[in-house]
Amino acid sequence: MSWLKALWRGLRAVSGDDAYERYLAHQRRAHPGAAALSRRAFFQSELQRKWSGINRCC
Amino acid sequence: MLGRLIGIVLAVVGAFALGGIALHRHEPINALWLITAGVCIYALGYRFYAAWIAARVFAVDATRATPAERLNNGRDFVPTHRWVVFGHHFAAIAGPGPLVGPTLAAQFGYLPGTLWILIGSVLGGCVQDMTILFLSMRRDGRSLGQMARDELGPFGGFAALIGTLMIMIILIAVLGLVVVNAMKHSPWATFSVFATIPIALLIGVYVQNVRPGRVLEGTVIGLILLLLGVAAGGWIDQTPPLGRLFDMGGPSLAEFVIGYGWVAAIIPVWLLLAPRGYLSTFLKLGVIVLLAIAIVAIRPELKMPALTQFVDGTGPIFGGKIFPFVFITIACGSVSGYHALISSGTTPKLIANEADVRLVGYGSMALESFVAIMAMIAATLLDPGVYFAINTGAGVVGATPAAAAATISGWGFPVTAGQMAALAHAMGEHTLFARTGGAPSLAVGMASIFGSTFGRGLLAAWYHFALMFEAIFILTTIDAGTRVGRFMLQDLVGQFWKPFGRTSWYPSVVVASAAIVAGWGYFLYIGVIDPNGGVNILWPLFGIANQMLAAIALSVATGILIKCGKLRYAWVTGGPLAWLAIITTTAAWQKIVSTDPHLGFFSGAADLAHKLAAGTLTPAAAAAAPKLIFNQQLDAWLTVIFTLIVWLVIVDMLRVAWRCARGLPTLTSSETPRQLSRLQEAPRLQTAGEGGS
Repeated sequence: MSWLKALWRGLRAVSGDDAYERYLAHQRRAHPGAAALSRRAFFQSELQRKWSGINRCC
Repeated sequence: MLGRLIGIVLAVVGAFALGGIALHRHEPINALWLITAGVCIYALGYRFYAAWIAARVFAVDATRATPAERLNNGRDFVPTHRWVVFGHHFAAIAGPGPLVGPTLAAQFGYLPGTLWILIGSVLGGCVQDMTILFLSMRRDGRSLGQMARDELGPFGGFAALIGTLMIMIILIAVLGLVVVNAMKHSPWATFSVFATIPIALLIGVYVQNVRPGRVLEGTVIGLILLLLGVAAGGWIDQTPPLGRLFDMGGPSLAEFVIGYGWVAAIIPVWLLLAPRGYLSTFLKLGVIVLLAIAIVAIRPELKMPALTQFVDGTGPIFGGKIFPFVFITIACGSVSGYHALISSGTTPKLIANEADVRLVGYGSMALESFVAIMAMIAATLLDPGVYFAINTGAGVVGATPAAAAATISGWGFPVTAGQMAALAHAMGEHTLFARTGGAPSLAVGMASIFGSTFGRGLLAAWYHFALMFEAIFILTTIDAGTRVGRFMLQDLVGQFWKPFGRTSWYPSVVVASAAIVAGWGYFLYIGVIDPNGGVNILWPLFGIANQMLAAIALSVATGILIKCGKLRYAWVTGGPLAWLAIITTTAAWQKIVSTDPHLGFFSGAADLAHKLAAGTLTPAAAAAAPKLIFNQQLDAWLTVIFTLIVWLVIVDMLRVAWRCARGLPTLTSSETPRQLSRLQEAPRLQTAGEGGS
């Protein structure tokens, strides 16, 4: 069962499904007390960032 | 000790498999030989060469904090588990290139392309990707252009920028041509490719508004819809009035792709680009795994000879001798300069430990090279007659099925019009003659592999699934490329006129996107009206451009190695650089000065002008001729510019190296000073948790 869990975690990490949770964890650790973005706002700004550089190849 | 032993076993098996491939001349060879040789060679390269480079040349320091750790912002700089970074990086570098190149290069036989894919990747492509990744990681994830500017000087940076922009335009054009040729007069393919657009929009809205950020959910729904789209395409094809609606010719499809590319570049990314990015990534990984399983399960025999008579330069798919053109045709899969842009962008900001560059840089490229080997297998398991019938333009073999079959059989590759009609029927198409571009022949190969493994009755569905699979990430590359090209253009023009450089100023967005689309749209349109298929001209141009970008990247890497006092290891990147300089310059020279109209751009233009003047062309060909003549001349000049840029960068690098050797001052290293990592005190899994959960 633990490898299934690991696989699921890996899949979420690779696809970016868990990006918001990671961001929240980072905010709590690095800037405790500061207001964090909402899930939607975070996701929107992430997409802007991701697709503004070269991230697909031939 | 155990490692050594495994290494010896790998070396013996690999040498045996490679020897088997090279010596099996007159009888069919099993695809498993190629797979075995590939796996052994990649494992050896990874285990020994990459490890040696990491330890000796880079002096990788696992206790040194990476930018992901030092600059961790929870977003782009995040220490991430190495397998997750590997997945990201592989998804970014693996595009349609390694599928199309080997398919076209199969006209020389399976041997030359296979050897170049294997050797070129372990000694060249993987090394390039890993080196650029390492150097960028030591410089806070700076881009190739910035590194060129910082380490060589302003000229190197400018050359890298111009080179990138030009290759992007050629790349998008040739990929657009591949999609258009795959959809031409095929209602089924056209519908299933068109269907990907509303599906992506739907998923975009879902992931943005309905369930924000639930990427996996959205992707699963999207994948199911895509499969339904392929199934619906079959129904549309059988329903006459609807079928006719999606039965479109090359020029109208080209206009559609051009218009679509422009719209996709100016609407918000969350709506179309990002959701299709997810879908294409998952589809790509799924198909690659499925293909590997199927090839091992059915162990097909390769029907293509090891070498064909076309090594002498008379090939029908593209002109030019085996040297240098096999090395130009297969760029992605062996050495791809474009990868240097990925290796110096997003990826270095995720690396948690310096030692991970071997897996991420070298390993991802080895896997991409393996994809190229599978594409080579899919192309060469077809009857050679069928392969040439699908991939050769009507202008070369004749417009009617009977004429084409006779020409190809005359080359010694027997095929009949009846055989092709039966194959087309099995694949759910009206005809498979002259479907140039590589995608249809790859789809036929993949359909036969999947059909034998997972059900023969579904051949037509597998064929169109394979086409949709190729089209979906070609469209992703087109959109993403147009968008990046737009940013570059805005940046470039913004240096002269400030408002244009504001990336969110809408007039600038619209105009810059239109300019980029016009650039690739022009080459795409010319390719579509070319009776020889267009790919014969555009693909070599793309190959030359991509290899030249690799030469620029390797020049930057070699220059930095020499500056760091590692002259004695400069051959690690200098060797591949020398080889690329030789092959690209030779190819460029031949494309410019050759008197063979099949090969040289200028002589091709002159030949066509001569035929036009003599009145020997059909009315349709005569109407297109002036554009084709102009285009061939333009291509020749582009080749001249590419070559000049590359040699100027190489000379610039040698100048820096010479100053370094004489002890003269050079630009100071832009490497970030060492800081002790705190991540490494914790066990490895902890690092994974930090980034991965």
